[in-house]
Amino acid sequence: MTTLPGSSPPPPSARQRERNAYRRRRTVRRVVVGTVSSLVVLGLAAWVITSAPGWPRVREVYFSGHHARESFPAIWDAFWLNVRLFMTVELIVLPLALAVAVIRVVPAPAMAPFKFIAAVYTDVFRGIPTILVVMLVGFGFPALGLAGVPTSLFWLGAIALTLSYGAYVAEVIRAGILSIHPTQWAAGRALGLTYGQTLVRVILPQAIRNVTPPLMNDFVSLQKDTALVSTIGLVEALRAAQVYQANTFNVTSMCVAALFFIIVTIPLARFTDWLTIRSMRRQGGL
Amino acid sequence: MLRIRALRKSFGDHVVLDGIDLDVARGEVVCLIGASGSGKSTLLRCIDMLEETDDGDIHLGDLELTDPAIDQNRARARIAMVFQAFNLFPHMTVMQNLTLGPRRVKQVPHREAEARARELLARVGLEAKAYAYPDSLSGGQQQRVALIRAVAMDPELLLLDEVTSALDPLLVTEVLDVIRELAREGRTIVMATHEMDFARECADRIVFLSGGRIIESGPPEQVFTAPRDQRTAQFLARHTARR
Repeated sequence: MTTLPGSSPPPPSARQRERNAYRRRRTVRRVVVGTVSSLVVLGLAAWVITSAPGWPRVREVYFSGHHARESFPAIWDAFWLNVRLFMTVELIVLPLALAVAVIRVVPAPAMAPFKFIAAVYTDVFRGIPTILVVMLVGFGFPALGLAGVPTSLFWLGAIALTLSYGAYVAEVIRAGILSIHPTQWAAGRALGLTYGQTLVRVILPQAIRNVTPPLMNDFVSLQKDTALVSTIGLVEALRAAQVYQANTFNVTSMCVAALFFIIVTIPLARFTDWLTIRSMRRQGGL
Repeated sequence: MLRIRALRKSFGDHVVLDGIDLDVARGEVVCLIGASGSGKSTLLRCIDMLEETDDGDIHLGDLELTDPAIDQNRARARIAMVFQAFNLFPHMTVMQNLTLGPRRVKQVPHREAEARARELLARVGLEAKAYAYPDSLSGGQQQRVALIRAVAMDPELLLLDEVTSALDPLLVTEVLDVIRELAREGRTIVMATHEMDFARECADRIVFLSGGRIIESGPPEQVFTAPRDQRTAQFLARHTARR
């Protein structure tokens, strides 16, 4: 693998040069085949769709360039609300879910009441459709009139999404903790670490790493579900698109909103892939 | 130093340890031999308080390990255990694996813990692997790291649970070499093993277990050449004939 300093590797043999040339030709051939077949398949799909009798009408109603440009600024502004919302919720959900998961796993007897509360919380909020949680919190909390309960719609929406997603993410993290082989607990305790030290230094880092892909998946799902706060009257991207559609009878604005959601989820998906590959490489799996 | 009296342990109806009496003196190397399921691993796990015992006492010095009220964390700082499957922490480098215990349990300063780890790595010929992750090491290298991770805690008692069973024969030697050196340093070691040649060479005493009882206990030469019990003779005949 490594060469000693000062010595250069011997020139490749004639046979090796042939092999290298063959590999280069094969690479070129593969790229050409891939490109051509992609063009053919995509072209065919485009042709089938655009040659359909209803296409001109669909293009005008769903993909009108004019309406896309017209609706863009309002949706762009409204989308910032979605971004702020999911950023806020992600930041609160992680520690909340971690706490719930740990409470459910830890055997300390003093934790018994909290374990019960944590179990009820995850059961209840995983059971209720998120849109229902949003409505119950959005309309119910202000009606309570309790001092200290936020009245801003943004925070009511954030609380609702946090409650719902906290339950999901807590279960994902708990599954991660339970997926770590008991021998890791034994090794940590045998080293003299306390239960808490073993949990924090040995178990959780591995658990979180194992569940990063499903965790990120939940976050992608959360980004989309920020659209649900439109039901309590917040003007986010979907609502802005609906307003435009109601005024113009053109659905293009909805497609623009969809595009926004797609664009923010792609980086997250790539980031997840990168994280996964990095940890595999670090541990010598690649 | 280690004193075990009338120790009993069952899993459900299955009696694994059926009245074990064993004394280990400071600096003694005791090899537990016996067929799989004879109770060797369970005995070691009971000593390290990883299993709750049903009856009997275990004392380490003046500390009763079978007392449910003792501070297990402090007691464990005096005992170190190495497992068959290495059990290194896969998300940490070799260096982090070696310094975690000293830093977090014994409050050794970071730099000091690293210096000590480096010294131990040099002794087992793995200086170059300080910043590698465990999965990139061979089984033998991983087990050598696990051994010095245990030694880094300066334990009074070292428990080795079939540390070579998961290794292929070529790698067994490099791990046994490390254990041999630890034995020479005068460490107190109780090890469960299937390596009969090694047990014969390095142990001060051989303890043969069968069915959760100590059938025979004595110096290696006596046990291997003139076993007193029929069952010991049969076991040894089977296990030495294979080589």
